[in-house]
Amino acid sequence: MIPELGHYALVLALFVAFAQAVVPLVGAARGEVAWMEFGRAAALVQMLLIGVAFGALTWAYVVSDFSVANVAQNSHSAKPMLYKVAGVWANHEGSLLLWITILAAFGLAVAMGGRNLPPGLRARVLSVQAGITVGFLLFILFTSNPFDRLSPAPLNGNGLNPLLQDPGLAFHPPFLYLGYVGFSMAFSFAIAALIEGRVDPAWARWVRPWTLAAWTFLTLGIAMGSWWAYYELGWGGWWFWDPVENASFLPWLAGTALLHSAVVVEKRDALKSWTILLAIIAFSLSLLGTFLVRSGVLTSVHAFATDPARGVFILALLVIVTGGSLTLYAVRAPALKAGGLFAPISREGSLLLNNVLMATAAGTVLLGTLYPLIADALDLGKVSVGPPFFNMVFVPLMVPMIVVMAAGPLLAWKRGDLPGTLMRLRVALAITIAAFVATWAVMGGGVGQLAAAGGIALAVWLFCGTLAEFAERIRLFRVSPGESLRRAARLPRAAWGMTITHAGLAVVVAGITGSSAWQVEKIQVMRPGETVEVSGYSYTFTGVVEGREDNYAFTRGRFEVGREGRPITVMEPEKRQYANPPRPTTEAAIHGTFLGDLYAAIGDADGTGGWVTRIYFNPLVPWMWTGGLMLVFGGLVSLTDRRHRVGAPTRGRVAADAAAQPAE
Amino acid sequence: MTRKQRRLNFVLLGMLALGAATALVLTAFNDSLVYFYSPSDLKERQIGPERRLRLGGLVEEGSVKRDGQTIRFVVTDTAATVAVVYNGQLPDLFREGQGVVAEGRLDNGVFQAAEVLAKHDENYMPKEVADALKKQGHWQEEKSAK
Repeated sequence: MIPELGHYALVLALFVAFAQAVVPLVGAARGEVAWMEFGRAAALVQMLLIGVAFGALTWAYVVSDFSVANVAQNSHSAKPMLYKVAGVWANHEGSLLLWITILAAFGLAVAMGGRNLPPGLRARVLSVQAGITVGFLLFILFTSNPFDRLSPAPLNGNGLNPLLQDPGLAFHPPFLYLGYVGFSMAFSFAIAALIEGRVDPAWARWVRPWTLAAWTFLTLGIAMGSWWAYYELGWGGWWFWDPVENASFLPWLAGTALLHSAVVVEKRDALKSWTILLAIIAFSLSLLGTFLVRSGVLTSVHAFATDPARGVFILALLVIVTGGSLTLYAVRAPALKAGGLFAPISREGSLLLNNVLMATAAGTVLLGTLYPLIADALDLGKVSVGPPFFNMVFVPLMVPMIVVMAAGPLLAWKRGDLPGTLMRLRVALAITIAAFVATWAVMGGGVGQLAAAGGIALAVWLFCGTLAEFAERIRLFRVSPGESLRRAARLPRAAWGMTITHAGLAVVVAGITGSSAWQVEKIQVMRPGETVEVSGYSYTFTGVVEGREDNYAFTRGRFEVGREGRPITVMEPEKRQYANPPRPTTEAAIHGTFLGDLYAAIGDADGTGGWVTRIYFNPLVPWMWTGGLMLVFGGLVSLTDRRHRVGAPTRGRVAADAAAQPAE
Repeated sequence: MTRKQRRLNFVLLGMLALGAATALVLTAFNDSLVYFYSPSDLKERQIGPERRLRLGGLVEEGSVKRDGQTIRFVVTDTAATVAVVYNGQLPDLFREGQGVVAEGRLDNGVFQAAEVLAKHDENYMPKEVADALKKQGHWQEEKSAK
């Protein structure tokens, strides 16, 4: 009964969404207040209905109702409760339902919050948002109904892929989707602005918090996925340039660009049509990501079970959304008045460079990701584009960006003073050069270490440049320390957010450099009692024990790890054999230190008393996670900026809006 | 600076980025495109050890032999077979009779795998492998179902 209720609620939500997509839009065009206000009520009803549907599916998972096909295929009664709930979105149908639920929640947030939004703009935003909902609801109802029944109901379910039975991955999809779907807000605002034919600093100020929220969630989602791959797949790697990883990275790149160009619109009323275009691109890439993951057109380590009909449907949706919005853009964008002028060397100029490089990087990653499809379609043979391609293309584009990133925030708006800025960065530059030479010397010199030392120097440059900018703002050492502190406390949260995220990126860059340049890997067969030495740590293998947990049996190896004769820790990697579904997984043992992770995994027995063991030293990997958390934290700090909530500038065009203002 | 000049700067910057990206992409493509072959393709074509490639098919039943950490197995598309040597840890879902994709180089008829690709889902058949098997007429639809 409850699943039928959920299904029914989805069908009702479709009708509500359809009405919401039309009525407020027409209302805004005609200036009918009641019609525009309808959007807010509809958004609320829609959220309730979709919430009921999501609740119904969750209920079916919690009570293990195996008469629901989706539950039978993806759950099992012996699963821990956490994974029963996470199972809701660990499959195609459920994850789409989660997608729509988040979409509805964002819609409700616009409807309820943002009281200072002009009613016309809000009505149009809600309509565009509902239009997206209509597309996805049709998709769910026609191709991926999560409430399909099975008759007869099986006694138990197939269980959840054990690789996904992991706390890190349980929350990875929701955050990723909060990011993906969050960009729908920027998209809806962009389309609404195109319909209105008007983009101004106020518009940018309304869009920024949504973009920032989406970006923060997406960053967290990507970091969680990467972290999961690192400890769960047991390969010691954290990023594989896999199509599905790229699918989440592309919107991140576009979103990062959007975040920065929106600043220029807000502060300087420039780059308007470019910002609109970026908003369209960021959301289109989110949709493309969904398409790539859901259709399985690309060979990927993720590869969900797929169905061509679904792929075609999402592709059609993608064509309508992207094609439609780009057409609208082509028609309306020339009408947008160009804004403030600026010199190439200026804050705007540096933000523009960030945008160009981010967009180019996104373009090349997109090309690399889609090239196998293109080659297949053109009969150029079956190819795969691997990490070497992405590293060769992506790194050279990011290097100039990071170089400029340290200096950009120090430049003045409109017309910057380059020599003056460089003067203020001279300490940072000196430290950077010292770091380069020191890293190069410590790592043994030679041509091979130049790139790695360069990477570390880049990180140091960005970190010091960011701190220099912060010191400049609080006038460190030029006024009394107490006054500096007072200044720091009075800084807008957005400034704090920028400092934290830029510094965080520096830490990430150091982590990436360290782990890709200096990883040490040793694979060998070890018998109990044997010792291997990896990066100065000795690993003594003392044998394996076998055991059993609720839903899996394990083989646990034991390593006593020491350094220079002193014991440091005991590492116990496992191989697990899950029961439902029957499948093995690897659980690496990781011991973090400041300079790197000790990482051990155990493989198969060789049949003569030895075990294949893999031991890695992964330098600076903990830095990557720390830096990733700094990015997220900086995003959150920036979100709490008062300016996002109150005091949004009122629009110049009072007359038109006032006519539409409801009597409150 | 006038509006026109600014637009020109903007366009120049864009062109520069685009040009750089194109150059990067072309060089990178040259060095790092990895083509996919089935065992039958490999038999037909002469490919030297300098070219990195992907080999896909089924792991032949009874062909997996372990010698310390070195693993030997045979990949088949039912019409032709290629012997594979791999030094390292196999993915958890590697099984005899299942689809597999290996990346590496072909050296004197023996495929030296640098990487054997893992799949998160055992029902999943790499698309290239499925196509290669279809070509040999040995594709059972029920295997692809779900």
